[in-house]
Amino acid sequence: MTVAQRSAGEITMGPRRERYLLDRERLLGPALMAPAVVYLILVVGYPLVLAFLYAFSDVTTGSQSLHFVGFQTFVAAVKDPVFLTTLRNTFVFTAISQALVVILSTVLAFVLTANFHGRWFVRFLVLLPWTTPVALSAVIWLWMLDSIFSPFDWFAQLLGIVPPGGHIVFLGQSDLAMGSVIALQTWRILPLATVILMAGLSAIPAEVSDAAEVDGAGFWRRLFGITLPLLSPVMTVALLFGIVFTFTDMAAVFVLTGGGPGNATQVLASWAFYKGISGGNLAVGAADALIMFPVLLGLAVILLRIASRAEVS
Amino acid sequence: MAAAQPRTVRGRAAIYLLAIGFAAFSGFPFLWAALTMVRQDSDLYVTTHNPFVLAKPPTLGHVTDLLRNTPYLQFILNNIVIGLATVVITLALSLPAAYALARLSGRWGEKVGIAIFLTYLVPPTLLFLPLSRLITVIGLQDSIWSLVVVYPGFTIPLSTWLLMGFLRSIPRDIEEQAQVDGYSRLGAVVRTVFPLALPGIFTVVVFTFTLTMQDFIYALAFISSSSSMTVSVGVPTVLIRGDVFYWQSLMASAIIVAIPVALLYNVFLGRFIRGFTLGAVKG
Repeated sequence: MTVAQRSAGEITMGPRRERYLLDRERLLGPALMAPAVVYLILVVGYPLVLAFLYAFSDVTTGSQSLHFVGFQTFVAAVKDPVFLTTLRNTFVFTAISQALVVILSTVLAFVLTANFHGRWFVRFLVLLPWTTPVALSAVIWLWMLDSIFSPFDWFAQLLGIVPPGGHIVFLGQSDLAMGSVIALQTWRILPLATVILMAGLSAIPAEVSDAAEVDGAGFWRRLFGITLPLLSPVMTVALLFGIVFTFTDMAAVFVLTGGGPGNATQVLASWAFYKGISGGNLAVGAADALIMFPVLLGLAVILLRIASRAEVS
Repeated sequence: MAAAQPRTVRGRAAIYLLAIGFAAFSGFPFLWAALTMVRQDSDLYVTTHNPFVLAKPPTLGHVTDLLRNTPYLQFILNNIVIGLATVVITLALSLPAAYALARLSGRWGEKVGIAIFLTYLVPPTLLFLPLSRLITVIGLQDSIWSLVVVYPGFTIPLSTWLLMGFLRSIPRDIEEQAQVDGYSRLGAVVRTVFPLALPGIFTVVVFTFTLTMQDFIYALAFISSSSSMTVSVGVPTVLIRGDVFYWQSLMASAIIVAIPVALLYNVFLGRFIRGFTLGAVKG
């Protein structure tokens, strides 16, 4: 909201006849917010508290009782030899895919806000990965990266990367499997980041860039001197969303590699699922998931800082 | 539009090249899925010829097989029911909250607004374990309604946030005027603000619906019988039997869902982005 709008609102905010109970703002505000707040407390707040309780207990899917065991569960979760691998994988998976998303989505947002023939169709294609349920798009990738029938094998054979009749085993080698999972996640999050950036781009007044052009600034000068700095708060928001989605995502890994080969692509989220639901050990699963919490909290703080800064300006 | 519009020939060429590159990156898996979908079984596991050429005439047999002999349509129906019910709950709760945040909130309201937004950052991965237990306690395990109860947990924060933006871009004077004309606040809002916010509300409906389709973890954790499954969990369950993958039907299942939703999304995308612009220009 701008200054003009805010002051316009304040001028008309003078004393008002409170003929209706609901016209009393002191009551109306909380009354309108209460249902949403109560709902969120029930389905997000309460389970979150329970997740903490679980992590400090020895609860399993079979037993109804819950004994507090202090940090014992965390210790058990962390001491698991697979844990450090999952932690490392989670950071690699998130950092690389989101670095790629930031670069690609910025370029793509510029492309899609420019005018060209067929823009509507390109936009449709770019949106597809986001509108396909991730479980299904991961299955497409599973087939596309098949160890024998992948179309990439044909390209690779054509280019002489592998001998005729040879194959690339995408999902069976640690590094390639990790690369594949990262590629899937990048492909899938790119549309979301791009849409957020397109909204950000269209909110920058064209006059700013036009004025600079009149003053003789070239394309790159305008891009790096004006547009990108103005866009950077929105870029940060898009990045943080992408990080939160990716850091806590299990679908890409779960469907594409199942964490394998070995545990080479296992991430915290999929590990928590295997332990907590498949393995029935709710306590350890919850502890594995909760280890993400400090990172998420940090991200939330950054996000709020940016939001409040944007409001002041 | 703020994007630096290249006016030189080189700039135009760059735009087209980049557009083609991104279209290929995003679209290639779907091209491959579409080619696979219409392949005959004898043409599927062949490595000797160009994989982009169909050696046998295309067939829609696997598509009809998917529609007739699997509960795929039931999965889609479940998704639609879950999505619509979630949309109703989400709008009923977030519209009043967004209005309060956009118009009435003082300092406390701002804090509540931030708290609502923060819940969006609490991921399903943290919540699915306790929630799966709670769902069992209230007796909704294995029912699509368990998902209807849980999904507003992530759709309300997002839609409240978006609606707040849309409502803020509507000038206050309009409803003030209606109140001066003798309507109660509620009457004024219903008659003047909501109609103007309709494009924003539609946007939120589309976003909420697609978000519910994206979920994998809750559906996987709560539902175990195929009649209650959603597309995300049901399709892999039915079409992947141990080591046997029904690839053509799997590809068809993804394409049939993806294309209508992407078309719908594309139609609303412009509106969504324009909504932001409108707010920025007016505001």
